[in-house]
Amino acid sequence: MTMERRNFLKLLGAGASAATLGLAGCASGPKYTGGRKVVVIGGGYGGTIAAKYIRMMDATIEVTLIERNDHFVSCPFSNLYLGGILPDLSSLTIKYDKLAANHGIKVVQAEVTGIDAAAHSVTTSAGVFKYDSLVVSPGVEFRTDEIKGYDHDVMPHAWKAGPQTVLLRKQLEAMKPGGTVVLSIPLAPFRCPPGPYERTSMIAMYLKEHKPGSKIIVLDANPDIVSKKGLFLKGWKKHYEGIIDYRPAKKVTEVDNKKMTVLIEGIEEVKGDVINVIPPQKAGHIAHVAGLVGPDGKWCPVNPMTFESTLKKDIHVIGDSSIAGAMPKSGYSANSEAKVCATNIVARMNSRELTEMSGVNTCYSFLSAKEAVSVTGVYQVDKEKHAIVAVKGSVGVSPDLSELEAVYAQSWVKNILTEMST
Amino acid sequence: MKMKWSGLALALGALVFSAAANAAPPSAAMLSNACGGCHGTHGASAGPSMPSLAGQSKVFFIDAMKKFRSGDRPGTVMSRLAKGYTDEQIVAMADFFAKQKPQAQDTAVNPALVAKGKTVYDNACKRCHLENGKEFEEDTPIVAGQWLTYLQIQMNEFQSGARKMSEKKAEKVKPLTAADWEAVAHFYASQK
Repeated sequence: MTMERRNFLKLLGAGASAATLGLAGCASGPKYTGGRKVVVIGGGYGGTIAAKYIRMMDATIEVTLIERNDHFVSCPFSNLYLGGILPDLSSLTIKYDKLAANHGIKVVQAEVTGIDAAAHSVTTSAGVFKYDSLVVSPGVEFRTDEIKGYDHDVMPHAWKAGPQTVLLRKQLEAMKPGGTVVLSIPLAPFRCPPGPYERTSMIAMYLKEHKPGSKIIVLDANPDIVSKKGLFLKGWKKHYEGIIDYRPAKKVTEVDNKKMTVLIEGIEEVKGDVINVIPPQKAGHIAHVAGLVGPDGKWCPVNPMTFESTLKKDIHVIGDSSIAGAMPKSGYSANSEAKVCATNIVARMNSRELTEMSGVNTCYSFLSAKEAVSVTGVYQVDKEKHAIVAVKGSVGVSPDLSELEAVYAQSWVKNILTEMST
Repeated sequence: MKMKWSGLALALGALVFSAAANAAPPSAAMLSNACGGCHGTHGASAGPSMPSLAGQSKVFFIDAMKKFRSGDRPGTVMSRLAKGYTDEQIVAMADFFAKQKPQAQDTAVNPALVAKGKTVYDNACKRCHLENGKEFEEDTPIVAGQWLTYLQIQMNEFQSGARKMSEKKAEKVKPLTAADWEAVAHFYASQK
C-alpha cells in the first residue's frame, strides 16, 4: 500500500501532494528525504511493539532491535510468583526468535554504550548501528544514591523481573514463621503505580498460607496509597487483617544490611527478616547518557504526538522513561505508546501527515488467588495543553474485587506477551 | 541553569510541535491498535477469556461498544474504556476489525458436547447465528471459532440475566437447560 502510493506519487512528480489528489486519510506531510533505518533500544513492553508495528505498517523500513538479554521477563504478573499463584517465571518469559522471523526484525543481543544524536548512531558491545529514527525504550533505572548502603543482593528490589524476583521469593520461603517482612515504596512517579500494593497483597497471601504469625510492614514514602486505594484497603481487610501493617509517609533513606534494618528519614529504625526495598526511579541509564533526560534529572520529555524527544531530534522515547502526561508508567502504556510512535515514524518516513495519538491503559492487580481489580484509561492529545490527557469518563477502577477480572487478567498477560513475542 | 533548561525544552518542544500541529485525528488503525494489548494484534486474541475482534460484524461491534458505554451490557474494563470513544470513533474501529482476517482459536473442546451442541444449535440458534455461527444477521455476532472460556462467560451472563437478550433470542432460548448452553458453547468454539 505504502509502496504503491509512493511510486504513484513519484510518477506524478515530487511536487504532487496526496491532499491535492483528494486521497482521504492520506494527506501529505513534510517531504521526507532521509533514509529508512530504524533502531530500537530495549526489548520490553515498548521496544518489541515499536519494532513489530513499524515492520507491519511498512516492510520497506529496516528495523534493528537491540536488547542486552536473550529473553525478557515481565514485571506485570511477577507478584503472582511471589504469592505462589505462579510456580515459576516461565509463563512470563518471552524470547525474540518468532518476533524476528515473523516480521523481519534484526534482533541484536548487545549492551548499548552510547548514542550520538548528531551522527545518528548507536554504539554497542556488538558494534555501531546507524539510524534515521531511533526508538529508546529502556525502562527504569534506580536512584540507589538516595538510599544509603543499598545492596540489592541483601534487600532485593525485585522491580525488574528475573533473578531479583527469584531471590525475594527464596528469602520469603526461608523466613521462619512469625517473621517480619518489610516492604519499602518510593515516592511516585515510579514504574507500575499499583504494583507495590499488589505485591503487599501477594506477600500477605503467602504469609497467611505458609508462615503463620508473620506480618508485612509497608513503609510508603507517599502520603497515601497511590493507586486503587479503596479496593486495596477492602481486600486487605477482607483477607489479611492483622497481617498487613501499612504506614504512609515513611521514606526509607538508609539501610543496614548486617542489622537488617531500614532507616526512615535517618531517624526511625524498622527491622525485618526479609526486606524488599523498591528504590526511587528514573529513566533508564542510556537515556541519561544520551542527554534525553529533562530538567527534573529523572524523566524524558517528549512530543505527545510522536514521542520524539523534545531535546534530541529523531530520537523517540517510549515507556517508563518518557513523560507521557496522564498515561501511567505501565506495561500497557508502553505497548500503546509504541504503536503511536511507530505509526508516526512510518507516516513521517512516507511524507504523510501525522496522526493524533489515541492510547489505552489497562492494569490489573491481584488481591488474592482468585480476585483482581483493574484501572483503565483512554488517552488523547489536548492540543491547547500540548499534553496527553485522559478522555473523560474512561479512567476508573473496578467497583469491587472481582473473580471475573482475575480471569480476564490471565488472558491480558497471555495476549500482551504474545503480541510482544510473535 | 533551571531557567535555561526549561527555556530550551520549551523552545524545542514548540518547534517539534508546530511541525506536528496539522496532524489528522486518530485514524481507525490508531484507535484499534490500542486494543491489541488485550485483544491481540489486529484483534486475533491469544487469551481464552478475551474475544477475538478480527472479522467481527461491524453492526455487532458498534452495538456492543455502545451497550458497554451506556451500561446496557455488563462489563468490567470495557464499561469504562468504551466511554473513551465517540460514536464516530466506534464506527471507525468496527470497520477496522471487520476488515481483519478472522483466526479460529485452537481451543480444547469436548467432542460429545460439540455433537450435542450441534443439535441444540439446529433447534434454537441457527436462524440468527447463520452457518454454524460463522455468518451474522443484523446485530448478531460471529461466534464460530471464539475461545471456549469467552463463550462460557457470555452464556452464563445470558442465563443469569446479567446480559440482556433481544425478545427474539429470549423466546428461542427459553427451553434451553444449562447443559444445552454449555454444549452450544463447545459447538461454536469447535468451528474453524
